[in-house]
Order: sequence, then C-alpha cells, then structure tokens
Amino acid sequence: MIPLRDIAFARSGDKGSSANIAVFGRTTAAYGWMREHLTEAVVEAYFRPLGVGRVTRYDVPNLEALNFVLAGVLAGGGSRSLRIDAQGKALGMAILELPVDFPAKE
Amino acid sequence: MAPPLKIANASGFWGDQPDAAAGLVAAQPDLDYLTLDYLAEVSLSIMAIMRAKDPAAGYARDFVDVVRSLCPFWSGGGRTRIVTNAGGLDPGACAQACADVLRAANLGHLRVAAVAGDDVLAALRSGAGDFANLETGAPLSDVAPRLVTASAYLGAGAIADALRAGADIVVTGRVADPSLTVGPCVARFGWALSDHDRLAGATVAGHLIECGTQACGGFSTDWLDLPDNLSIGFPVVEVSPDGSCVVTKAAGTGGAVTVQTVKEQLLYEIGDPANYLSPDAAVSFLTLRLESAGADRVRVSGAAGRAPTGTYKVSATYRDGYKAHGMITVFGHDAVKKARRAGEGVLQRLQRAGCVFRESLVECLGTGASVRGIASRMSDTHLVETVLRLSVAADTKEPVERFAREIAPLVTCGPQGVTGYAGGRPRVLPIFGYWPTLVARSAVAPSFRILEGARP
Repeated sequence: MIPLRDIAFARSGDKGSSANIAVFGRTTAAYGWMREHLTEAVVEAYFRPLGVGRVTRYDVPNLEALNFVLAGVLAGGGSRSLRIDAQGKALGMAILELPVDFPAKE
Repeated sequence: MAPPLKIANASGFWGDQPDAAAGLVAAQPDLDYLTLDYLAEVSLSIMAIMRAKDPAAGYARDFVDVVRSLCPFWSGGGRTRIVTNAGGLDPGACAQACADVLRAANLGHLRVAAVAGDDVLAALRSGAGDFANLETGAPLSDVAPRLVTASAYLGAGAIADALRAGADIVVTGRVADPSLTVGPCVARFGWALSDHDRLAGATVAGHLIECGTQACGGFSTDWLDLPDNLSIGFPVVEVSPDGSCVVTKAAGTGGAVTVQTVKEQLLYEIGDPANYLSPDAAVSFLTLRLESAGADRVRVSGAAGRAPTGTYKVSATYRDGYKAHGMITVFGHDAVKKARRAGEGVLQRLQRAGCVFRESLVECLGTGASVRGIASRMSDTHLVETVLRLSVAADTKEPVERFAREIAPLVTCGPQGVTGYAGGRPRVLPIFGYWPTLVARSAVAPSFRILEGARP
C-alpha cells in the first residue's frame, strides 16, 4: 500500500457546514485507478470519524479529477464549529494520507 | 480582435497582504484592472458589529489604505482601474472615503462609483416568503428575530454599467466573487448579458483569481517544491473577447502558474462542476480545456454557459450565542495524557460552578486533531509535546467569559511542563449563524451612482 499522495494531488474548501475535496490524478493511469477505486463509499468510510453525512462524487474527466462533496463534515462550519479545522482546510491533506493499493510500476 | 483585458487580483480575503495592489502595478503597470475581494461568508456580520460601535465602520477600511497606496501610481500616469466588494454593508461610505483620499492627493478627476441593491434584510424581515435554509430546509422564522445581515450576491450588470459611465473605482457590497472580473469584461467587450458562453468564460477567469495567490501555488499540495514560495505572486488573467483566458502572474514574482496550480484552484469550493451557479451564468466546467502556453502561462478555454437561475443567492447571518478558544502548551512525558486530563478538569470545574455550555471541545494539537480519528500514523504516547486547545460555546455570554478566566490557573495547578501562556485570556467571540437562501430576482434592484462632487 502507498499513500494516495504518491499518485494524486488535492484541494479542499468549505461550503457552509459542508466541504468539498477535489482529488486529481498525477498521471492518466492514476486517474483511471481513482475512478474505479476512490468511490463515495470509500471516502465516506474514511471521514466517518468527523461525522460526515452523505458523500457525493462528481467526475471531472477533462481535469482528471474527482470532486467529492462531504455534507455536514465541518460540524457547523466556519462561523460555528469549535474545531481547529472549522473550514476544512486540512481535508485535502487528510485524504492524501489514504492508503491505496495502486499497482507499483513494473 | 480587441486585445485581451488584463485583470489581476490583489486581495483574496479581508486581511490579505496590504501591499499587494501597489506591488502589482509596480511590477506590471499595464494592468487594466485590479479586483479586490474582502467578503467571506460571515464578513458582513463582523462589519455589522463594528458598525454598531462606529457608524462609519460598515466597510473594509483596509481598502481605503490600498487606494492611498496607489495614488503615486495614478499621479505618475498609471491607468489601472479597480473593482472591489470592500463596500461591505455601506458601499456609499466606502466610496466617499476613497474619493476623499483621491481629492487630497490631487486626483479628484478619478471617478468613484458605489453599487447598491444587495441588502435584502428588509425583504427577509418582511416575512413575504419562507426563505428556507438551502442547507437544512429550515424556515427562516426559526431565526428571523436574530437576523443581523442579509445580502444578495449581485452579478456583473451594475459593475459594468458603472464602468461604462466612466468610473475608475467601483465599490460594491456583496456581489458574486467572479462578477468583479465579469463586470470589466462586459464593459470592455460589449457582451450582451445573454451571451452565456462568454460570460461563463469570464466567470471561470474570475473564479480562478478570486482567492489571491491560490492560483499561483498558494495553498497548493506541492507548495514546498514551488520556486520562491515565500513571495508567491498574485494572479493575472488575460481575458480575450471570446471569453477564454490565460492565467499568469507578474514577472519576478514567486510561485508558479501551471496546469496543476490552475486545476487545484478551479475546483476550490466547488459543488457540482457541471452546474456552477453565478448570477451571470450557470457554468459547466466539464468542457474546459487547460493547456500550458509558456512559462507561468496557462490557457483556459471552452467554458459553457447557460442562463442564470431566476433567483439570487442570499447570504444571511444571525446571532447564535458566544464562543471562546483557549490554548496552552504541555511539554514532557505523557504530554497528551496530561493535557487531556487538564482540559477536562477545566470543563468539570466550570460545570460545577453552574456554567452551561451547549458545546465544548478538548483538542490536543499535534495528534492529528485537525481531522481527529483519521490521521493516526503517530501514537499519542510518543509525543513529548502538545498544544491543549479548549473551546466552549453557549447561548449567553456569561459562561463563556467565565471560561476565559479558567485557562491561566493551569500554569500553577496543572502538570509540570505547562508553558506558553503569553497570549493572555481568550477573547469571547459572538457566533454568527450562516443562513444561505434564495431571493427572486424581481425583488432585487441593483444600481450604481457616481459620487457627487466627482468631476464629470
């Protein structure tokens, strides 16, 4: 297993109490792997400790990206949440730590 | 074909680098426009509190200092014009303050315009509509008595009108961030407001630069590897008459504009990329093409637009109690165990004293607290140091004030190794709830005026 960051880069931001995380393949092969394996269920399970609600995935093939919207993950969001990361600034870095079973180069 | 319009962003939020605007025009004097964004979701509620104490404080006064910093450039023949939402709750007062600065600098020939019409607080208070919360579906009546601000995200129309009327500086309140860029494009290229594809292209351009240096590698995944990442440049878009653009930055600035940095910013704070809703157009990002066009130049084309919806998005805020955060450092063996115990002790003491909090939180920074329960690569027991961060929220102010007095005593009654309490007592902060909703376009009338006394 390798961390997702070896094959992807990401960007997260807030939308009220929800957040989005865009994940981009560093290569076309990486993006193809992500489309197959980085499902809504995988992301929802990974962020469950933060109390995430519904996770919606949007595919953006022209950017070789997947955009995940994580409902309610910010526990009230920028103005209300007591958390250190009230605005989801850390979520992109967090998803890049996800261990993935991407096949090593031959 | 007309040459591209060169538009830079010099402020991504209220509190961004104060010398960015002067630095940009010094580095690239041929810029047609600077845009400056000051308004996050709840910024207007902060201005409302400031205005309650000082009636002249309903806008971002930092922007008046930016105008002052640009006077030597204009006096020397510089022509760059400005569009900003620094007007906050009171665009007229902000515009007047700018005009006063210009007149004092012998630049009274420059014309300042104020855009109005975004304030829909009266409409929400009137009760003529349910103004349900877009996130939760709850009716406004739940919070109506506690409303502080309600502003519609206006589009590019009034900005473009003001520019066509000869304004050199356009000061707005709440407008959609990309509209600060779309306005100048509409004024320059004469696009019809029904030209949705071109408006979509300019909206994408505006979205790309609205967060300051973020388009040039700020906040990027590979930040550490960027060239000169301590002086990342602010972004410039060169928008063509067909609505496509090149994203770039001023020569000599740090960071990088690459397909990767532009991709990251494109999807920043985005929901459905096929349906990005702005007041100027509904935009699909799925047809965009990104290609490198030389060093620190990325061409973005292919935006597809549809007619905007029949409503404006509204960002309303309401009073929702008080909160405070306190921090103290704990060093030594078992640092995390000690910090957690000490923090829980503070909350227990307050509870015994009769304080009622609707929410409280103990965090040990250094343990992956930013995403608690997820990043668990390091065992807490191996940490020799942590920052204890304690937070409370309550419906009333008193228990939060009491909390603010209970952190410092840990210096003597907590574990050995408690240190770093130089910042003083935590500040008690008002909480503003965020209430996103919609208002019919017919209920909103955007307008502009060029300030009286400005020379025609």
